[in-house]
Amino acid sequence: MSQAPQSIKPAETLYSSPNEAVRAELSAIDASIRSAALFFVITAISWLMIGTVFALIAAFKAHTPDFLGGTEWFTFGRVRSIHLNAMALGWATNIIFAVGLWIMARLCRSEIQHKGLLLIAGVFWNIGLTVGIFGIFFGDITSVEWLEIPTYATPLLAVSYSLIGVWGILAFRFRKGEHVYVSQWYILAALFWFPWLYIVAQFMILWFPVRGVVQSVTNWWFAHNVLGLWFTPMALATAYYLIPKVLGRPIYSYYLSVLGFWALALFYNWAGIHHLIGGPIPVWLISAGIVASVMMVIPVIVVGVNHHMSVVWMHKEVWRSPTLRFVVFGAISYTLVSLIGSAMALRSVNEITHFTHFTVGHAHHGVYAFFTMIMFGGVYYMMPRLLKREWPSAGLIKLHFWGCAIGITIMIVALQVGGWIQGLEMNNAEIPFLEVVQNTVPWLQARSVSGLFLTVGHIAFAINFFWMLFAAGAVRAKQGPTLLVETSEEGAA
Amino acid sequence: MKNLPLLFCGIFFALAFSFTGLILSSNLQIGDLTPTTERLDEDGNQLEGETLYPLKSPGIAQQGKQVYIEMGCIYCHSQQIRREGFGADIDRGWGARQTVARDYVLQERVLLGTMRTGPDLANVGGRFAGQAGRDWHHLHLFNPQIVSKGSTMPPFAFLYDTQLIGDSPSKDALSFPPASEYGPEEGYEVIPTERATALVEYLLNLKVDYSLPEAIIP
Repeated sequence: MSQAPQSIKPAETLYSSPNEAVRAELSAIDASIRSAALFFVITAISWLMIGTVFALIAAFKAHTPDFLGGTEWFTFGRVRSIHLNAMALGWATNIIFAVGLWIMARLCRSEIQHKGLLLIAGVFWNIGLTVGIFGIFFGDITSVEWLEIPTYATPLLAVSYSLIGVWGILAFRFRKGEHVYVSQWYILAALFWFPWLYIVAQFMILWFPVRGVVQSVTNWWFAHNVLGLWFTPMALATAYYLIPKVLGRPIYSYYLSVLGFWALALFYNWAGIHHLIGGPIPVWLISAGIVASVMMVIPVIVVGVNHHMSVVWMHKEVWRSPTLRFVVFGAISYTLVSLIGSAMALRSVNEITHFTHFTVGHAHHGVYAFFTMIMFGGVYYMMPRLLKREWPSAGLIKLHFWGCAIGITIMIVALQVGGWIQGLEMNNAEIPFLEVVQNTVPWLQARSVSGLFLTVGHIAFAINFFWMLFAAGAVRAKQGPTLLVETSEEGAA
Repeated sequence: MKNLPLLFCGIFFALAFSFTGLILSSNLQIGDLTPTTERLDEDGNQLEGETLYPLKSPGIAQQGKQVYIEMGCIYCHSQQIRREGFGADIDRGWGARQTVARDYVLQERVLLGTMRTGPDLANVGGRFAGQAGRDWHHLHLFNPQIVSKGSTMPPFAFLYDTQLIGDSPSKDALSFPPASEYGPEEGYEVIPTERATALVEYLLNLKVDYSLPEAIIP
């Protein structure tokens, strides 16, 4: 066992290695992946905006059902499904392809070969997704949660995914150097797990459906693992890469990172059955899911301690760096959302939260407050290195951060408090159901307000991004990175 | 961690473990359940000559299920009843017994659902039955406010046609309450499209009104 690997050895200055050879090598790697990574970031941000529009429509319809109620295309079930798929496969997966593959290539110190093919695979991924989203809109939705895209679009998604995923594995295969850093395990594992999950779920639920509720078991094994074995490892890999990079000191404990990785690999993939607690499936399956959900406390605490100890006493630097402000927000959310998730799997808690808006709040806590915030941080770090240009506006970054941070906090509180009340009332048969429904309305209105905050944040992000991308000459060449708090004593390092 | 074959084996077996434990073994245990009689004889065999449950639903109901899928009803309505004492499903009258795996074996797509923005529908055909149930569903789908004031369910009026009344009113025209603000103008009537008819037949056929050996109605 060794100390932290070479590639993240502490650097004396923030943001870049003092060693010229290392800088030149990273620069060559960045150049090799630039076109593909840029494509993935552009598509990711476009899907983020599309997903945001559909999120607002769905949120508004939830308390004002007549809104856009005249056509079947905009009925709630389709709109929320378009939102989910645009976010999960459009925003999240494209941004994983950008940030994840870039980190993998850098850590493997291996340039991306045949980048044209990678780009073409990326184009097909997004074509497949566009066809799928239109399919949902026009009524070919499958009504299988997290697998709404009709079967005429999914083979294209599976094939183009495989082509993209192979690039990460190839970078790994041709890596230089002895050491393999924790981020590489997470990315390698996730690149391998996701297609397995997706293809099994496609076959067992949609193409050759298994009998009865085995479909539901497969459905939740898949759906929860999209979060657990795809989004989560990629976000953790990004956090593990960026925290030492920006702060210029190694991750706190190598051993904790090993423990955290294997505990997640072992437990997370059993946890999804907690979505079926009380459902018509064998009780031992549910118990297994509950045990795994509770066991997730181990990797969560371990990763939380490791991340916390890596940033401790450097809070000023965290607050100053756009990257770390987002990443640390995400890392803290990971600990919180996971502990709440473990608690929600307990039968006595689940009896209340199941079937309510509490779960919706929890899902956004995970996919947004944790995953998406870390990926925003990843984009803030990656883009200047790909474009050799700084972020044009610190003000827009702050607006992005506060819009998202305030928005998602309002959403989680509103949906979880409202959902808890909904669950308590639903379990009391004395209260008429219609009254339970009406009591959720104020909380759903608060959720719509939170959506407006998030929208402001996303618009600020998109403006800053496209400004940086297209206005090359207009952006003044800055001395050093765009930081959120100016430092007086050492200059903008 | 330098031992890559070991790393890869770990990654592979981690997921293989749950795939085997959850998916393959549940398929082994309940993947070939078949309909059966409400009770079994002492040796655990089906009683001869008795009906096998669950019943296969009629063709029009299966077309209606397709409409249910296209409209994404599952995102607000579950189709599963939890046992007495766990939640209030039975106390709310959503069904007489909990649903079990065998209830779903004839469904090509299982729509358990995980959200109850609206009520559970596993036994909605038992709660709204016959012509009265049919009329209620049509009005409710056309605009939920007619029969369920304050509901947050969206209207599905696009599944209905408004037309001039011919020589005599159509027999399947919706019968609105007197002076309803949602009714058609004078001289017009609202009739369900084929999709609305199928959807309502599907809802009327959602019933858990039979016992199974492992889930007897008390």
